[in-house]
Amino acid sequence: MLTVPVETQILFAGIIFFLGLIGLLVRRNMIFMLMSIEIMFNSAGLVFIIAGTHWKQPDGQVMFIFILAVTAVEVSIALALILQVYHHFKTLDSDAVNNLKDQN
Amino acid sequence: MDVFFYIAGVVAIVSTIMAISGRNAIHSLLYLILSLLAISVIFYLLSAPFIAALEVIIYAGAIMVLFIFVTMMLNIGLERETEKKWLKPRMWIIPSILAAVLLVNLIFALKSVQTIPSDKEAILPKQVGISLFSTYLLGVEIAAILLMAGVIGAYHLGSQKKKVKHRFLEIK
Repeated sequence: MLTVPVETQILFAGIIFFLGLIGLLVRRNMIFMLMSIEIMFNSAGLVFIIAGTHWKQPDGQVMFIFILAVTAVEVSIALALILQVYHHFKTLDSDAVNNLKDQN
Repeated sequence: MDVFFYIAGVVAIVSTIMAISGRNAIHSLLYLILSLLAISVIFYLLSAPFIAALEVIIYAGAIMVLFIFVTMMLNIGLERETEKKWLKPRMWIIPSILAAVLLVNLIFALKSVQTIPSDKEAILPKQVGISLFSTYLLGVEIAAILLMAGVIGAYHLGSQKKKVKHRFLEIK
């Protein structure tokens, strides 16, 4: 079986999480921001699986299934919002959607 | 077994980097699918075969297809030039430094924690199902309500207001 220490596994999940964080902070295209959020969700689920395997409990996998459901809902809503934004503003730049800002 | 973990890990990290730094949305999505597949290999190695299958079917299958569908619908290829203007190399510096600081913090935290080594056995899907529908039954029902709300919300947001074309029925 796998003999990689659990610290290394969590470190791997952390690297993936921080890559998603960097993408979310840097990109301005909304599709890419959503992709980065997906990466972060996925690494959080990876930590659940690692912990569940480490303690030999099925709870981690149950939590991953819940994360999967939440992610599916989040992605469908966010993509519908992106479609609406694109129809209104003709761009995917997240800085274009600042009409709530005081503009006088 | 360990070498598979490291290979899949390197593939996942490299393809994630390619996914967040690419300019073409479709190429980035394909790299992201590769990253998800590599992570599903890791799930399999972590003796969670059921979750590995779910990762391939739902993440790499359904969710990524949704992404690609929307990307194709919006025809993002036209935006590549403006994206080139948005993405200056110096914009990567500060967020990368901040995230790297957090990562170093995590590394030190992991080094200082003592963990108990455990002999691993596979957690069977049967155990997962029993736990899901006994201990977490309330969570399953809440997830069902959430999915219902998601369906209604996506339908409402996705519906476009139709303009009435008939000359007598013109709505201002």
